[in-house]
Amino acid sequence: MNVAFLVEKLGLKVRCGGDRLDREVSGGYAGDLLSNVMAGSKSGDVWVTCQAHQNIVAVSVLKEHSGIILTQGREPDKETIQRASQEGIPLLVTELSGFEIAGRIYGLLHP
Amino acid sequence: MTQGHNYVFPVEGERFDEAGKVSVQVKQILKKIGIPDAVLRRAAIAIYESEVNIISYAIHGTASLQVTDDHILIDIQDVGPGITDIEQAMEQGYSTANDHIRAMGFGAGMGLFNIKNCSDIFEMSSEEGKGTHLKITINR
Repeated sequence: MNVAFLVEKLGLKVRCGGDRLDREVSGGYAGDLLSNVMAGSKSGDVWVTCQAHQNIVAVSVLKEHSGIILTQGREPDKETIQRASQEGIPLLVTELSGFEIAGRIYGLLHP
Repeated sequence: MTQGHNYVFPVEGERFDEAGKVSVQVKQILKKIGIPDAVLRRAAIAIYESEVNIISYAIHGTASLQVTDDHILIDIQDVGPGITDIEQAMEQGYSTANDHIRAMGFGAGMGLFNIKNCSDIFEMSSEEGKGTHLKITINR
């Protein structure tokens, strides 16, 4: 399953990294505490968070996430988009809550 | 800055916009040297958390990386307020971070705990009013 599949199935809006939607999604992680995400997430995870500032990009790069989904319609800061574009990390937005989007992703990953 | 596998990176306090800069570089360096992914991930996390600590609490500091045949040695030194009670600071969930830091998702009281978890040997010393020194050893 790749990021493009998630975008299509879940109606996510792509804010950057549209050319990197072929990245493989091997799992997911939900969290807004960066240290928790650093400790707990895995390479290939799609990260669900409400944090929209630029520091999320470094976390995703270090952990080799397949993408970041911002919840409840949060829009990424200008700097976040800039950085994510440079690093080739897809930045996606949903109107759904973290709980709802994580549940749907889980359902797609574990049908 | 570079002599063999020795590197020193400066880190400035309050520069949240730069958080992760050093760890991303270190990860690339370790990858180039041929350090296995599982090992370099631990080094990257330890340095990331150290960077964030300097940025959050200190005036400035340095992150040094030395790679030997057997170990990855990371040395973190900062000039800052220091830590009064190291035992307490090591407790998961304990943090002195202000609201601004917490609002960004930092300051959850997990940083030092994460660093220790990623280390094979972890040593920390601190002097109030002067700064903090971390010595992190990770086996290759």
